[in-house]
Amino acid sequence: MSTILSIDGLRKTFSTGFIPRRQEILKGISVSVAAGEIFGYLGPNGAGKTTTIKCVLGLIFPDAGRIELCGRTHLDPRSKTQVGFLPENPYFYDYLTAREFLDFYGHLFGIGPDERRSRAGKLLKLVDMERAADLPLRKFSRGMLQRIGLAQALINEPSLVILDEPLGGLDPLGRKDIRDVILRLREEGKTVFLSSHILQDIEMICDRVAILVGGRILSQGRLTDLISEKILFTEIVVSGVGEKDLAAHGEPLSAQAGRTLLKVYEEARIQAVLDLVRDRKGKVHSLLPRTQTLEDLFVDMVRPQ
Amino acid sequence: MTVAVIALNTFKEAVRDRILYLLLFFAATSILFSRVLALLTVGDRMKIIKDVGLASISLFGALMAILIGTGLVYKEIEKRTIFTLLSKPIRRSEFLLGKYFGLVLTLAVMLACMGVIFLALVFLQTGAVELKLLEAIYFIFIELILLTAVALLFSCFSTPILSSLFSLAFYVIGHFSWSLETLIKKVHPGLGKTLLRGLAAVLPDLETFNIKTEVVHNLPLPASLLLTATAYGLVYAAFVLTLAVLVFRRRDFV
Repeated sequence: MSTILSIDGLRKTFSTGFIPRRQEILKGISVSVAAGEIFGYLGPNGAGKTTTIKCVLGLIFPDAGRIELCGRTHLDPRSKTQVGFLPENPYFYDYLTAREFLDFYGHLFGIGPDERRSRAGKLLKLVDMERAADLPLRKFSRGMLQRIGLAQALINEPSLVILDEPLGGLDPLGRKDIRDVILRLREEGKTVFLSSHILQDIEMICDRVAILVGGRILSQGRLTDLISEKILFTEIVVSGVGEKDLAAHGEPLSAQAGRTLLKVYEEARIQAVLDLVRDRKGKVHSLLPRTQTLEDLFVDMVRPQ
Repeated sequence: MTVAVIALNTFKEAVRDRILYLLLFFAATSILFSRVLALLTVGDRMKIIKDVGLASISLFGALMAILIGTGLVYKEIEKRTIFTLLSKPIRRSEFLLGKYFGLVLTLAVMLACMGVIFLALVFLQTGAVELKLLEAIYFIFIELILLTAVALLFSCFSTPILSSLFSLAFYVIGHFSWSLETLIKKVHPGLGKTLLRGLAAVLPDLETFNIKTEVVHNLPLPASLLLTATAYGLVYAAFVLTLAVLVFRRRDFV
């Protein structure tokens, strides 16, 4: 598959404070995003996710490194005709109505008036904002701004959509809606580059991820390659058996209302626990094998830093 | 094309801003107040009406240019709307010029509104439409074109309050810089005189755009003045805008 975004050896230092102190935010980032995939750019707060995105879009100038966007150098305005962008905590012109807002951005791409009107109508429907089409943006809630921001990012029918924390500040229903839109974009053959720290959402939709910590990429690849599918442990909730007896087979984590949550690491012990429960005429309430999640991987990588 | 789209949006932003109407209201009040002042004056009452009216248009036009102009770029950065805008296929210079022409368009409309109120007041007093007054308003417009460029330049790297102070200082210095010429005449030749000459060359001379006396007293205007004042204003504005583009070109938007 062809590469739509490639970042090579990106470095950026900022000087902050009254007596300027240099702080290196990006320490040589290299990322490559293939056309047609959903790429997750993960990292804790302050890792440099937004800084990377701003470098890609030409909002800040890197100290070193090369960025290629849709086959052109990123500072060439033509490269941006194929890009849509939703910033983190979107702030927009609050004196415009939603429809005027979409029309303005469509106009910047040189789209004709009829086409702009038709696209704005479709996008308002896609993000479920038709009812607020003629309200000024200053009356919008955080979630509504996020939705209209996503519509704005799609007005030019881009090949690459860059979303900075698109699920931040949304309620569960809103998150699901945005996730659905992102998946639909992939079905339409578009590439999505999204940064986030809400790992469950990323895990559900991303093809590949890069994990960024302290300005360095610690890991990059297909989710299935990064996360082992091996069972790490099994969680068993039982009642009618004493905690002390269970401790011989695993790690009792909590006991509430007569039920004990037991963490069993060895597979052979699971059968022993079940036998014990049967002998004591106890009850097994649930048995859940746990594989590694993106969150486990993330925590493992971030913690030593 | 892109410049025009941004300019129209800036115009929309300005005309939906309450501060513009507040200033327009005070400008109209001030123009109409000239009628009251005329009643209290001995002598040519029409002179007072025209003088105060034109001075009001000039002052409130300058306030509009400064108060809106200094917030134009700063607000985009502060409210982070610039992130989305510059992620589109537009150059930073196009963004700046769009903002600039949007405000110039707004000021043109506002000057037209103030001009109509002023001409109507004069018409009520004299029964004649004095088109010569339009010449004075045209000169004020050229001055505002320059002042807007200055406000925009400061807005590229400073907060609105500081930018307003800087732009106001430019306006005041520009209207008094002619007195440097008087000083130069009185200073003995030497380093001091050379320095003063240099300063006089660099500082703006906004009195070039002040033809109120000629218009009010119906004095003949030199034919070349229209051309030289227009050229002076436009070239100076172009120079300031180039500086603004240079400042803005390599700026990081964190």
